[in-house]
Amino acid sequence: MTADAQTYVLRATRPRTPRQRLGTALWFVAVLLISLTTVFPLVWTIVTSLKPEGEILTSSLRIWPDAPTLENYVRAWTTVPFGRYFFNSTFLAVAGVVLNIFFGSLAGYAFARLRFRGKRVLFGALLSSLMIPGIVTMVPTFLVLRRFPFAGGNDLFGDGGTGFINSYWAVILPGAAGAFAVFFMRQFFASMPEELAEAARIDGASEFRIFAQIYMPLASAGAAVLGILTFQAGWNSFMWPLIVLSDRSMLTVQVGLAAFKSEHTTDYGPLMAGTVIVSLPVLLIFVLAQRYIIEGVAHIGSK
Amino acid sequence: MTTVQPTVVSAEAVDVATRGGAGAARRRPRGSRPFRSPQAQELWGWTFVAVPMLLFLTFVIIPVVMAVVLSFTDYAVIGDPEWVGVENYRRILDDPIFWLALRNTVIYTVMFVPLGVLVALGTALLLNRSSRVVNLFRTLFYIPVVASTVATATIWYWLLNPQSGLFNIVLGWFGIDGPAWLYDSKWAMTAIVLMSVWSGFGTNMLIYLGGLQGIPRELYEAVRIDGANAWQSLRYITLPGLSRTTFLISTLLIIGAFQVFDQAYLLTKGGPGNSTLTVVYYIYNQGFGGLKMGYASALSFVLFLIIAVFSILNFRLTSRSQS
Repeated sequence: MTADAQTYVLRATRPRTPRQRLGTALWFVAVLLISLTTVFPLVWTIVTSLKPEGEILTSSLRIWPDAPTLENYVRAWTTVPFGRYFFNSTFLAVAGVVLNIFFGSLAGYAFARLRFRGKRVLFGALLSSLMIPGIVTMVPTFLVLRRFPFAGGNDLFGDGGTGFINSYWAVILPGAAGAFAVFFMRQFFASMPEELAEAARIDGASEFRIFAQIYMPLASAGAAVLGILTFQAGWNSFMWPLIVLSDRSMLTVQVGLAAFKSEHTTDYGPLMAGTVIVSLPVLLIFVLAQRYIIEGVAHIGSK
Repeated sequence: MTTVQPTVVSAEAVDVATRGGAGAARRRPRGSRPFRSPQAQELWGWTFVAVPMLLFLTFVIIPVVMAVVLSFTDYAVIGDPEWVGVENYRRILDDPIFWLALRNTVIYTVMFVPLGVLVALGTALLLNRSSRVVNLFRTLFYIPVVASTVATATIWYWLLNPQSGLFNIVLGWFGIDGPAWLYDSKWAMTAIVLMSVWSGFGTNMLIYLGGLQGIPRELYEAVRIDGANAWQSLRYITLPGLSRTTFLISTLLIIGAFQVFDQAYLLTKGGPGNSTLTVVYYIYNQGFGGLKMGYASALSFVLFLIIAVFSILNFRLTSRSQS
């Protein structure tokens, strides 16, 4: 792969002078060294997770285990209820994806394509909320969830129960319609032609049908990128689930792995196996959709 | 830029949201007619944004207002908040642990932000070439971003192991006796900075690559004809052309750096000897460990102000270097 690519580049850039050839060679050394630092720790993690306990400390640098084994995975999976954590994380991340695509598109479409009073002020408030550091709203958001009327045994005034704390809602609700999702989708709808809606209106289509059947299909690529980014962020989020989900059966994979790490500080084998388990879904999605992810991030930057 | 204003804007938005919400409820759409007046579109607009705006009100606007009020109270979740005036803020001034946490956070920020910008810029410049192999390296450079902080911290925890970790093994090849990293109060923060740069630079590299595409090729041609070398075209064309991108990236990095928590929580639990206790970690301990919600809110406001001040300083600095 690399060799093929290399010849391709050499032909494409066609270095004429020895100096240019040296430059290309130095360039390859530099990017290969950086790739080594970004990729090797992950490769090493996978290799270590396959090593039996004895090999991990004695021959830690060996790139392939003498006797590969899955025993670390078995130990990680049986000492910690990773299956349950997996379900929790998947449920929360998927709910976040569905709700953010739905509400983000709905509101993004309205802000881009519909005329209504208060639109500018609302959108301005939403945009400037992106500037508020998350730490400011952390404590009060916890209290809003905890004292939510009629939730989790609460009465009208939010007393008596624990509200949404320790339930999926505590993670789902605050992130269901992120300002970022609305802004991101608005950018897509704003670039689409107005005439499509005008024609449909004359045909008597309702505004919701115009949105759902004409504009939404055109924005599906954008929605896919938003979905992938939301899934990654949801799957990888740590601090908020740590705060609002304390019941053992409610933990996410990230919080579960962190707890596992502080309980088994030197069990590197099972720890690395747990890390691989936890990272597998996002790595898989990245491998399958890397072009969209990379273009999506670049798209954010160009705004 | 607008970092200082959110609370003002938010108060305005509460007003608008409540007024508009009531208006929308009063005039529900009763079925659609083929030709719609602007008023009808107004109803649809409000219907579309109703739920997202209700969530925005409940989980952003109300919490921001609550944070202000809470910071003047003593509140332990159970029972009623007790009004204490500016007592919380006065206590912060005499709180040695807050100052220690702030010092640690500033040290982290001062190391992390310039390093983060430099690595992102350097890698973007390296990959700003037109050849197909670049895509492969772009993907490889981006991989650390995909892994979660927990996964990254677990891996680095082992890389940084004083005896069997990769860091000290490699340093040993060069005859350097590596430090105990996470167990050494002098090196723990440096280790956290290195890990944060490693795990995050990919995103900013992509943003820089986007910025580099926006610099017109003719400018490079023009200075080359004038006899400029590579360094001069970098200094006089590339860097000025990227100043907006640099401002965006450094602002994001500053806001993130002052709120560093995950890495310190996962790698060192704030230790050894509080050397990696950050402000957000301290707020977390006070609020959710000690249930001092009022004090935690006051601390978050102080941190918010500090972030605003540093963002403005950064704006001044970036806009001066631009002119």
